[in-house]
Amino acid sequence: MNITLDMNGNSHEIPSDVSNVQQLLEHLNLADRILIVELNKEIVSKDAYDKPIKDRDQIEIIHFVGGG
Amino acid sequence: MLKIADKTFSSRLLLGTGKYPSFETQKEAVRVSEAEILTFAVRRMNIFEPSQPNFLEQLDLSKYTLLPNTAGAKTAEEAVRIAKLAKASGLCDMVKVEIIGCGRSLLPDPVETLRATEMLLEEGFIVLPYTSDDVVLARRLCEMGVHAIMPGASPIGSGRGILNPLNLSFIIDQSTVPVIIDAGIGSPKDAAYAMELGADAVLLNTAVSEARDPVKMALAMKLAIEAGQLGYEAGRMPKRDYAIASSPMEGLLPN
Repeated sequence: MNITLDMNGNSHEIPSDVSNVQQLLEHLNLADRILIVELNKEIVSKDAYDKPIKDRDQIEIIHFVGGG
Repeated sequence: MLKIADKTFSSRLLLGTGKYPSFETQKEAVRVSEAEILTFAVRRMNIFEPSQPNFLEQLDLSKYTLLPNTAGAKTAEEAVRIAKLAKASGLCDMVKVEIIGCGRSLLPDPVETLRATEMLLEEGFIVLPYTSDDVVLARRLCEMGVHAIMPGASPIGSGRGILNPLNLSFIIDQSTVPVIIDAGIGSPKDAAYAMELGADAVLLNTAVSEARDPVKMALAMKLAIEAGQLGYEAGRMPKRDYAIASSPMEGLLPN
C-alpha cells in the first residue's frame, strides 16, 4: 500500500509504513541534511518530527542555497 | 567593530554565496575575505537528488552568522513566510528583507519592504531590510526599529558602483542603526568609497563571484573595506579649487 503526497509541488507515492515526518526524511535519505519541513503550509519544528503524515498531505522540503 | 542588535563583528564585509564557479573557489574566497556574515537564499530542495552538494553544509557553522534573504518574495506575506522557514532551521535569527518590485531592475518594493519589516520586527526577528537609496524610507525604517539598514549602491548584480553618493551619505548621516551598502558594488574602489562615505559595512556577492579570480577579489574587497574604513576614521583633507604647494616657498634658490 502506498500513500500519495504532494512534495515540493509534485505528486509522489510513498510506502504507507512511512507515517511521520522523521520517517519520511529517512525514506528520502534526507535525515541528516540541513532543511526545514512545511506540512500543509505549517512549519514543522525539529522537535515535532513525529508529526503524522497522511495521504494527500502537502509537504515542502526547504533548504539554504547560495544567494546574495 | 560592527554591531548589529546584540552581535558584534570584526569584519565589515558581508559576503553573498551565489554564483561561484565551484565550491572549492567559494570556500577559499569566503576564507580569505574574513567575512563573518554570509547571505543565503531559501529554496525548495531537489529531494530526489539528496547527494547534491550544498555549500552551507560544508561550512563550519560555528564560525559564521547566517543572513538568509527573502529573495523570490514579491509581497510582505511571502517574505515573512520565507523568514520564518529560515528561522525554523534553528541556525539564524537575522533576516535580510528583500522584496523585489521591478523584475528588470530588481529594485526593491518600498511599500512591501516596509510592511514586511514591521511584521518581522513584531515576530522578534533581527531585521536588515534591503532598500533603495531613498532617504525618507530609510528614516521610516529606522523609526520602526530595524537593526540595520541596507541601501543599494546600484541595481543587484549590475556592478555599476555607487550611483548616488549624496543620498547614501544622507542616509548614513541620519541613521540610528548600522548602514550596510548592499548591491551594485563592482570593484574594490566602490567598496572603499562606500566606507569612506561613512557606511558601517558592505554586502557584496557578484563582484567577487564573477571576478576572473574570485579568491583574489575577495582579498581585494577585504583590504578595500579596511582601507576605506581607516580613511574615514582618519578624516580626509578638505577639497580646494586651486593648488597649494606641498614644498615650502621659503629658501627658494635664486635664479
